[in-house]
Amino acid sequence: MTGSAPSTRALPRDLHPIAWWSWAIGLATAASLTTNPLLLLLLMGSATVVVMARRSGHPFGRSFRLYVLLAVVTVVLRVVFRILFGGQEIGNVLLDLPEVPLPDWAAGVRLLGPITSEALLAGLYDGLRLATIILCVGAANSLANPKRLLASVPPALYEIGTALVVAVTIFPQLADSARRVHAAQALRGGATSGVGRLRRFLVPVLEDALERSLALAAGMDTRGYGRSGGASPRERWVTGSLLLLALTGICVGTYAWLDPTAPRVLALPMLGAGVVVAVLGLVSAGRRVQRTRYRPDPWRTPELATVGVGIVVAVLGWYVGHTQVPVAYPGVDVMPYLSPLALVVGIIGTVPAFTTPVPASALAPREATA
Amino acid sequence: MRSVIELRDIGFRYDEHEVLRHVDLTLDEGELVLVAGRTGVGKSTLLGVLTGLVPRFTGGVLSGDVLLDGASIVEQPPRERAHLVGYVGQDPLAGFVTDTVEEELAYGMEQLGTAPETMRRRVEETLDLLGIADLRARDLRSLSGGQQQRVAIGSVLTTHPRVLVLDEPTSALDPTAAEDVLATITRLVHDLGLTVLLAEHRLERVVPFADRIALVTGEGGLRVDEPRAVLADSPVAPPLVDLGRLAQWEPLPLTVRDARRHARSLPDLRAPEPAVVPETTPLLSARGVTVVHGTHVAVRDVDLTLSTGRVTVLMGRNGSGKSSLIWALQGTGKRRSGTLDVDGDDPATLTAAQRRTHVGLVPQTAADLLYLETVADECAAADGGADAQAGTCRSLLDRLAPGIDAAHHPRDLSEGQRLALALAIVLTARPPVLLLDEPTRGLDYAGKAELARIVSELAADGRAVLLATHDVEFAAHVADEVVVLAEGEVVSSGSPQRVLAESPSFAPQVTKVLGAPWLVVEEVAAALAANGAGA
Repeated sequence: MTGSAPSTRALPRDLHPIAWWSWAIGLATAASLTTNPLLLLLLMGSATVVVMARRSGHPFGRSFRLYVLLAVVTVVLRVVFRILFGGQEIGNVLLDLPEVPLPDWAAGVRLLGPITSEALLAGLYDGLRLATIILCVGAANSLANPKRLLASVPPALYEIGTALVVAVTIFPQLADSARRVHAAQALRGGATSGVGRLRRFLVPVLEDALERSLALAAGMDTRGYGRSGGASPRERWVTGSLLLLALTGICVGTYAWLDPTAPRVLALPMLGAGVVVAVLGLVSAGRRVQRTRYRPDPWRTPELATVGVGIVVAVLGWYVGHTQVPVAYPGVDVMPYLSPLALVVGIIGTVPAFTTPVPASALAPREATA
Repeated sequence: MRSVIELRDIGFRYDEHEVLRHVDLTLDEGELVLVAGRTGVGKSTLLGVLTGLVPRFTGGVLSGDVLLDGASIVEQPPRERAHLVGYVGQDPLAGFVTDTVEEELAYGMEQLGTAPETMRRRVEETLDLLGIADLRARDLRSLSGGQQQRVAIGSVLTTHPRVLVLDEPTSALDPTAAEDVLATITRLVHDLGLTVLLAEHRLERVVPFADRIALVTGEGGLRVDEPRAVLADSPVAPPLVDLGRLAQWEPLPLTVRDARRHARSLPDLRAPEPAVVPETTPLLSARGVTVVHGTHVAVRDVDLTLSTGRVTVLMGRNGSGKSSLIWALQGTGKRRSGTLDVDGDDPATLTAAQRRTHVGLVPQTAADLLYLETVADECAAADGGADAQAGTCRSLLDRLAPGIDAAHHPRDLSEGQRLALALAIVLTARPPVLLLDEPTRGLDYAGKAELARIVSELAADGRAVLLATHDVEFAAHVADEVVVLAEGEVVSSGSPQRVLAESPSFAPQVTKVLGAPWLVVEEVAAALAANGAGA
């Protein structure tokens, strides 16, 4: 890693959200390519260490706890499902539960039955894998402001980005409005069951949401959202046809790639050409956009290093999965173990905890509590 | 003075309803024009014509021309006027696009493609201009109402518009926050030469700052003139002007200072006798009520007694715990400690249906209570839900607000009518105690007078009424007792003559002019009449 010594003393600032997401996706990729519980626990640990060191002070920075909870629930559910539906005779039987006979239409589904240690372990490993992926997403969410991520889309996709930001913002408002209406409806008599009750609740909430949306649309419109800029019809036509062409290319390419009987020319080359045209189209669309960004997040060495760590973890994880199969996918009858390489995959993910600057937003609440 | 905006022969109509007819209005540079008029006469429509939201967001047919610096902009959609006309709607929170103060200030400039260095500079300048620099990184939703309003104004100022259009900027604010916002607006007019067009119900707050008043008369007409000339016979007027008209002061006083000078000429009037507190039986008594939201103490150790036939007014800053207290008294809001006794029961331990028969509550947004398509359906549902005789709710409604068409959709009713409907629905369950949270929102002077009559009648029927409001003048009209909350604690309580007159921010205009026991113009009128009869 380059320049880790100076960057620990770097000025506090928020890391580019795309860097955090790339890092998290790298870790999640590595996790999806193994069932080794030791490796998975190491990956979870790395993600947690980085979150603890570098999470931001915004409300979503505190969301990591929720993801931990979700991960735990996932593991427990996985194991419970194995007990409920996974009865099998083969293996080391821990507890011999009677099987519940099911009618014919449910053929293929078993309810209860003997519980084996193999089934439990398989459920546990599987659950751990899913839990690690969830934890990685949670880490990205609490490290990077999801709204800033949406706002850093290329200019041509700005409208879609804004729509997503608004959708994210509307969500807590909808919850507020639902709570308010629920309390208000308890103040009056009226339908108390079935459709009537649902209607009592839904009509005011939806009316409120609609009114808010209109107010927001009016607010955005009066502030210049969607100004047409100076695009000529010809430019618009070029952009449109480029994007359409790209879409066709990508569709045909993907189809050919997945269908082994299709001519190979149509596969990867077509896909590649489609992507290239798509980039051209986005550039052409972006050029006529006259918007500017206020204080965009810079992209510097710590961002590169963080993305690099994500890529290294993913690639090494893939390499372990292909060359060291017993390490990556240990059997349920033997003790799982780690190779030195797998160990590296597990702990290298913590590097951003030291190489990235302290988030600026984390400081304010600390000062406030001090 | 150069004219910035010119509305020429503007006409606007929905199908058969004509809102504006042959309206002309010229706004000069650096002028603050107040748009006044009764609710629903088309004040917002007039503002919308300027911003371009009318007819694009409302439907209807617009005729005439809008000129900005001599160039017609009537065909341009709002987004193409964004750098010329800045608009702040009634609810600033609903118009926010981003989530922090700084990003919100920059949003408009991003849309216009302002250079990054300019954006940075203007954001800092605007933060200082509006005195919100310490809020820069705050989440918009965590701000108080007055702060939100100032951020909303700042967010349109950053694009340096020629005209600022504000729709009821102080309607949701407590008196102090309203003064802050108005001081900010005046500063913009004086220092930057900004032209401001502002619609407002509470004229007592804005009239002293207005250069001219545009009165929307209701038959599609518009009267634009000096405030004194318009207010001399306007159907909407602040208490100060009412007082001036009553005492026939010339020229009409527009500020409390003017009025004080005139007041020396008044004959010696017998101050109103402090009302004798009648023997009353307490209906609701709360002792040591404490409400906690997370780590925030919303209501701290409050004692309150509501008695039959008495109207208690709850006042205090935004966020001082008024709503939390009201919901706790109703029983739905969780209290941390304290006792509550209504008719021998604690509402918190009752079911929702039983609670309704003990304590009635009309929440801040009365529309949350309504969910059916017609007034008749709403009334029928209320009767059914309260096991009341069919027609109970309707007859209550007819007493509160006579003449509402049963086939109307509740959302088509005026603000005041909708409030009356919600009130009738709540009263159908025959609760002896009635709680109203901010009932004066969106009501004009006539609407408030009507509400004051309704509240007094309900009290006269033997109910105990508690209402929370920011509206000092309304409180002065209805209150038998005033309770002021701050940080969740009761800081003063007692008769309105004492509590309202004591506080500089809660004193009604008549008190500011004539001193302590006087509260409302009607008292002065009665005293003048008695004087005349005695002389």
